[in-house]
Amino acid sequence: VSAEAVYEPDVARAQAERLMDVWATPPGWRYWSDVNNTTVGRWYTAAAFLFMIFGGVLALVMRAQLAVPNNDLISADLYNQALTLHGSVMMFLFAVPVFEAFSIMVLPQMLGARDLPFPRLSAYGFWSFVIGGTFVCGSIFFGAAPSAGWFMYPPLSTAYDDGIGPDIWLLGLSFIEIAAIAAAIELIVGVLKCRPPGMRINLIPLYSWYILVVAVMILFAFPPLIAGDVLMELERLLDWPFFDASRGGDPLLWQHLFWIFGHPEVYIIFLPAVALVAMIVPTFAQRPIVGYGWVVLAAVGTGFISFGLWVHHMYATGLPGISLGFFSAASEAVAIPTGVQIFAFIATVLAARRLTMSVPMLFVAGALAIFVLGGLTGVMIALVPFDLQAHDTYFVVAHLHYVLIGGMLFPVAAGLYYFFPLAGGRRLSDTLGKWAFWLMFVGFNVTFLPMHLTGLKGMPRRVFTYPENLGFDLLNLLSSAGAFVLAGGIAILLWDVVRPKGQSPFAERNPWRAGTLEWLAEMPSQPWGVRSIPIVESRYPLWEQQDFVRDVDDGRFYLPDAEEGARETLVTTAIDADPIQCLRVATPTFMPLLAAMFTGGVFIFATFHWWWPALASGVAALTMILMWLWTGTAVIPEKPVKDVGRGLSLPLYLSGRSSVGWWAMFITMMADMTAFVSLVFGYLFYWTVNAEFPPAGAALLDSTWTLAAAAAVGGAWLATVAARRWNRQSKNARVYAALGIGAALAAAGVATTLGMLGEAGLDPTAHVHPATVSVLAWWVAVHVGAGILMQAYCAARLMARRMSAQNDIDISNVTLFWHFVAIEAGVTLGLLTLFAVGD
Amino acid sequence: VTRPASLAAGALSTLWLCGCGGVQSALAPAGTQAAAIVQLTWWLFGGAALIWCAVMALAVFAVRSRRAAAPSTADRPGRRTVGDAVRRHETRHARRLIVGGGVVFPVVTLTVLLVFGLRMTPPLLAADGDVIVDVTGERWWWRVSYARPDGPAVDAANEVRLPVGRRATFRLEAADVIHSFWIPSLGGKIDMIPGRTNFLTVEPTATGVYRGVCAEFCGLSHALMAFDVVVMAPDDFDAWLRRQSEDAVAPATSVAETGQELFRDNGCGACHRIRGTEAVGVIGPDLTHVGSRLTIGAGTLPRDEASLAAWIELPTTFKPGVEMPSYHMLGAAELAAIAAYLETLE
Repeated sequence: VSAEAVYEPDVARAQAERLMDVWATPPGWRYWSDVNNTTVGRWYTAAAFLFMIFGGVLALVMRAQLAVPNNDLISADLYNQALTLHGSVMMFLFAVPVFEAFSIMVLPQMLGARDLPFPRLSAYGFWSFVIGGTFVCGSIFFGAAPSAGWFMYPPLSTAYDDGIGPDIWLLGLSFIEIAAIAAAIELIVGVLKCRPPGMRINLIPLYSWYILVVAVMILFAFPPLIAGDVLMELERLLDWPFFDASRGGDPLLWQHLFWIFGHPEVYIIFLPAVALVAMIVPTFAQRPIVGYGWVVLAAVGTGFISFGLWVHHMYATGLPGISLGFFSAASEAVAIPTGVQIFAFIATVLAARRLTMSVPMLFVAGALAIFVLGGLTGVMIALVPFDLQAHDTYFVVAHLHYVLIGGMLFPVAAGLYYFFPLAGGRRLSDTLGKWAFWLMFVGFNVTFLPMHLTGLKGMPRRVFTYPENLGFDLLNLLSSAGAFVLAGGIAILLWDVVRPKGQSPFAERNPWRAGTLEWLAEMPSQPWGVRSIPIVESRYPLWEQQDFVRDVDDGRFYLPDAEEGARETLVTTAIDADPIQCLRVATPTFMPLLAAMFTGGVFIFATFHWWWPALASGVAALTMILMWLWTGTAVIPEKPVKDVGRGLSLPLYLSGRSSVGWWAMFITMMADMTAFVSLVFGYLFYWTVNAEFPPAGAALLDSTWTLAAAAAVGGAWLATVAARRWNRQSKNARVYAALGIGAALAAAGVATTLGMLGEAGLDPTAHVHPATVSVLAWWVAVHVGAGILMQAYCAARLMARRMSAQNDIDISNVTLFWHFVAIEAGVTLGLLTLFAVGD
Repeated sequence: VTRPASLAAGALSTLWLCGCGGVQSALAPAGTQAAAIVQLTWWLFGGAALIWCAVMALAVFAVRSRRAAAPSTADRPGRRTVGDAVRRHETRHARRLIVGGGVVFPVVTLTVLLVFGLRMTPPLLAADGDVIVDVTGERWWWRVSYARPDGPAVDAANEVRLPVGRRATFRLEAADVIHSFWIPSLGGKIDMIPGRTNFLTVEPTATGVYRGVCAEFCGLSHALMAFDVVVMAPDDFDAWLRRQSEDAVAPATSVAETGQELFRDNGCGACHRIRGTEAVGVIGPDLTHVGSRLTIGAGTLPRDEASLAAWIELPTTFKPGVEMPSYHMLGAAELAAIAAYLETLE
């Protein structure tokens, strides 16, 4: 078999036409049904920037209010709503999503893939994001926005807020957090499984390393917050006293859960920005990055350490000295990997022969100047004594904006100028770029540099006004003026992006002479992404592989054709990137949009306590998702294998551990497990803060019931495992029997798990102990209930001949789900049997 | 490169003009703890400035030196050239920079800082002061109570008085939501959390009037939750505390007498206590000696007759969301009478 395909222009032209037919963006109103990563990524990025503008306008309103002392431009209530939304919008609707959005758009191109493995999931995540974000932001126009701060500390957000503001925050943002997790799953599987053949894990672009780290962080950081959201919403809705100190609860549990999310969040925002810099600097230095291994190690290290320093947001809560010491040390330690990354970039420039300065590099330089200062003030506030003065003052406002704007907004601007040709086919204006940079840089520093002093001179954060003559009148006026200059710079930047460019010529191909795969794109780029999926042998193939671009363009690599009219991309092994499957991905469909609308309906109706519409919407969402699964996943192909070019034949269907679906299920369940562990953490936390837990005289469970529930769920799990095995042996009758028995046992498990609560007469509103026991039991019941649905789905698939002995993705993934459910049920029921059972 | 430098210099000089002083400034310490922290602050600032300048200088050097280098056609990436050997040598140097600047230097510096910081912390959070003051944060004011070894505790509100040179420990609690107790001139802040008691110890070193504020967002009028801190000579403090422990003085003028009647008839005593009278409410601030305080409304208005009358008439003008109902139905004369009565309660 010849590895070097012969190039025939006519054949290649016909191939390109077929590819174009398959990958073309649908015209007209059906445009909105597209699920391709390029289109969805563009929408997603644009939406994130729109939310940024909204959050920025809120900031300007606040700065206008604070320009002079005792100002009454806006009311205290409106200020507090603006303050809460500014933080929430920038964090949840801009900083995290913009990177997921951008990665959805550009990651496949960096990896020479045609699409991400789950295009409909990306589309679903995008629509959820837009619906949830609009709902949260829109609330301020009705004066109903959350006003308890973006950190939502109870009891301010629970017992002392009767409005729907906190519910909008909890439900609207939970919805978005789920979308964020969906995108994270997509990106992890994308980086690990959809690389070009030969791109071993040590050859992947640094950007994809960072995205991998960040997506894994999202997976472990967001679920604790979702668990906290569940607890808080239960307290608001049903009066279960998780954060009410008078009934055994503790407001500090929320702070722990929030900051276990909130601190990694900072690095979730910061690392992708470093990733952009890691792509930009080598290009303009025209040489590979110095210390690739060090940078990867630093990124992974930052990810790990970031989970160990959440308590530095809680130094002033009166924690014991040993905790303060540990977390202070961890907080200082995170400076080390950060320093490694910064020095790696400087080292790359030093080791270059020649450096081209350009607008992207200008923004990178600005980011460095700002971020390093923010990092240094971070080291200061990681020290407990200094923090006790600086905490919750404008010093921290200054610090966090130096870190986030220097560590995120400036690199994003750099990335915008650098990557814009990929999305728009043209370069942005150098002149406008320089104007934008200098206005932003000067405006930023005029706004935030004085705030360090404002804070130490005694101005607390989150105040809608301040008295005159305390020494910060002038400082505040300066900050307000600077804010408008900064806004002017951002306005020029955005204008440069959206201004009509109809007349100007397209950019030349690879305009920056970069070395990585995304610059294979033609100007303007083609919807298929890459003409043929290349074999990669180096970190910078465009620099280092001979005739690389020509070979790709001629279709000499893999999948140059779309003979069967299906959208296809390659799946490779996680470490060595050996091709193992030709994956068919979804074509345009409105189902994700509809599913997102109905899912949004559940959350939005629930905010207003319209239970029946919420239920109807939930049923509709479930139906839509089941339809999407039924029609579009685990489709049995018309032939088992396909020739993908260069004499390589790959299977079209793969189940079990090498399939993308299995990985996605595994990753999803890791997130689920993290939320579960957060609840268990809550149970144990209450045990440590309450002298008696369970409290004396509390209603307790009966061990017969807990053990019976455990036996039922265990039986259901074993039955599911058996069903998968018999399915492989084509013993269909036994499969139906096992699934039937499994479902019956699972139903019995749900009944006993919930029944034991009633039998014991637990009143969840009485004390935090019955409340926590109930929430854990319900967690298990809901999961087992979902398991029943999945068992029924497998039986139906088998009956409809959409599942067979060889093609068993459905039951294989359902079994994986059940493994996790069995663990969660076992831990819960074991814990309750040990701690919550009466004599 | 000159532009940012001159801008930074301009910004710094502006900041310098603003000074450090003020009654609410952590940079103008009047207590042992605040003084220790401010010393640490200047060291940290100095070190940070040095490191920032060093990193920037390195970056500027890197960029300038490479921009000046002659363009070379032989330097296209991917080609093995004579330059490769040179570059490999440079890369080795560059790697040393990563290890030295990114690992060795921060490990050493941060370890020193950490040890220093950890040694400073315990005294700040100690609970062994000579004077014990209980403060409870409520929306949006402060309930204050001075423990006395030789008698019942003395209740007050929205003002803290301390003797100079003696260690004072605050026992901090919250009645509703989380607040944070902060007197920048004296020391750090500690949160007040429902269900918990936290401790903060300070030792004032100079007499004078300072200002404390709530530092944790506590809802609508969080911005308007402050208090005065008066540091007095120890003898003055003892005398003051003795006076505070006494019942309120009876009204001496007819206006004040009318004011007391109006206070009673309008039900003010349901929320406020004036010891020695029928007013025994405990929902709002204790007013027994309100006439001796510097401000009213938790640091919102100066304490004088006009402010008192205006506050009673419509408190929400000054503090949105305040729990006290408005008494706008009272005439100006009646409001003035109540204000005059309260003024006499020294």
